[in-house]
Amino acid sequence: MKLHIVIVEPDEARAKLVIDCLLPLGHQVTVIGEASGLARRVCDIVPDIVLIDMSNPSRDTLEEMALASGPKERPVAFFVDRTDRDLTQQAIEAGVSAYVVDGLQPDRVASVMDAAIARFQMFRRMRVELETTRRALEERKLIDRAKGILMKARGIGEEDAYALLRKTAMDQGRKVAEVAGALVTAAGLLS
Amino acid sequence: MNLTSLRVGFVPLLDVAPIVIAREMGFAQAEGLGLELQRAPSWSSLRDMLLWGKVDAAQMLAPVPVAMALGLGGAVARLDILQVLSINGDVIGVSQALADRLRVLGHDFAFTDARRAADDLGRAVDAPLRIGVPFPYSTHVELVTYWLRNTGLTYELCTIPPPRMAEALAAGEVDAFCVGEPWGSVAVELGAGTLLLPGRAIWAVAPEKVLAVRHDRADANPALTGRLMRAVWRAAKWLSVPENRLIASEILARPEYVNAPVEMLDRALRGEMVISARGEMRQVPDMIRFFDGAATFPWRSQVAWFAAQLARRQGLDAVRSMAAAKVICRTDLYRQNLRAAGADLPGASEKLEGSLHHPTAVASEQGQMILAPDAFFDGQIFDATTDLR
Repeated sequence: MKLHIVIVEPDEARAKLVIDCLLPLGHQVTVIGEASGLARRVCDIVPDIVLIDMSNPSRDTLEEMALASGPKERPVAFFVDRTDRDLTQQAIEAGVSAYVVDGLQPDRVASVMDAAIARFQMFRRMRVELETTRRALEERKLIDRAKGILMKARGIGEEDAYALLRKTAMDQGRKVAEVAGALVTAAGLLS
Repeated sequence: MNLTSLRVGFVPLLDVAPIVIAREMGFAQAEGLGLELQRAPSWSSLRDMLLWGKVDAAQMLAPVPVAMALGLGGAVARLDILQVLSINGDVIGVSQALADRLRVLGHDFAFTDARRAADDLGRAVDAPLRIGVPFPYSTHVELVTYWLRNTGLTYELCTIPPPRMAEALAAGEVDAFCVGEPWGSVAVELGAGTLLLPGRAIWAVAPEKVLAVRHDRADANPALTGRLMRAVWRAAKWLSVPENRLIASEILARPEYVNAPVEMLDRALRGEMVISARGEMRQVPDMIRFFDGAATFPWRSQVAWFAAQLARRQGLDAVRSMAAAKVICRTDLYRQNLRAAGADLPGASEKLEGSLHHPTAVASEQGQMILAPDAFFDGQIFDATTDLR
């Protein structure tokens, strides 16, 4: 029997990557992108499993549904209630939370979670890489501005300006970008 | 100096102030602690971060550890309450459409009388009211439920993250909300709603957020727990000095903390609330309180009140629920760790709730404890030793 899985994810590209890993398992997958009216839409779909990024603030809305399942609704259990603590720990590390209908076979939940966790781990890595790249780019901009300031103030060439920054950084045991940042701030204050 | 690093989780709200100030004003450092503050996107995520060891301590909605002690809401471990971070600080607001109907009916928006507000609300609505709250286990839910329980008003509670509350009200997802500051003031500023009541009009000393840790961790390293408690307690004391309010607002406004305008944060701290887009101002003494009137003490009777309300709605045994809730209040650690810091300690760890209408001196170690008025809007008195309602 195939499961109906809902993914709550505003980013279409990310949602597609999760769909791509779940469809081969033979499940039906629906994506909800908007936070507005989330509870009603999930209720209408009646899914077996709902997956949501832990960093999504709308998670608390799902939490309410999990707690408030009345006699007419299908009971929803917290994933964190599940006996498999390893799997829960992995999910939390990867940053994905899951709400699972009560009574679903643990092995079926595990296969979905394994796939989702792998995908979210990939997202996490991508996020870290993106952040590293962004920071490197900002640092380079900062160093370029500091070089410009030095070239103008001391009448030296670009290479000499960089050498001066690097030497100062080494002498002070700091990063070149930090020295450049201090110089740019100081120049801003003095101008 | 080598600092012991400690991870503390929070949700962007004004009442995280004692934790942020403990870090920013050096109270943590003075205890040899390097606080790493981690902002959580939702209460469920923060709860999971605390339960699964991603943070060592957290700002938490007071009823969350209580619900867990009662076995509700995905209880995988026991959480202990070390001290109270804030008293009051919530506001109830209504949509512009509902505010207009209330004005037509002659409601005065005096921002003080919870009984009259409920009566007028009952006359103004003809369909079930949808009320936005931040989390199913929250002071907000308990206040709203208690306030409306005998009115015959039908309503539905909808969970909405606090920073989204203004947007949800403007979009018509909800007709009203109960939310912690500054998010009520932000809704006013965006023209989405008008404020009807401060939370304190329902219960004058509602514990709002607490400092929570996992039970096993509280006792695993008692010295570390004590250092955290003292740093946060001294920060609360600092916050009680009126001259420090603006500095606090400016620090909290930063993007990494609450990420809201300084002016919005300042309103609740000063108790000068702007309740409508017309700029109507209301003075609210004790709009939010961090320190005075033994605010930081984790009164067992206060968590017992939460437990009694939860038990009644969930059909649990009230006596057993109150007993289970009282156990997680670490009044023992509070007395042990804060006595040396200079905290005045009450002669008892429980009291009648709702019996004080004026500031009242009570028995304490230093003989200087004055409790603030703690009345419920309906005049009820809650006795945690016998009350079975």
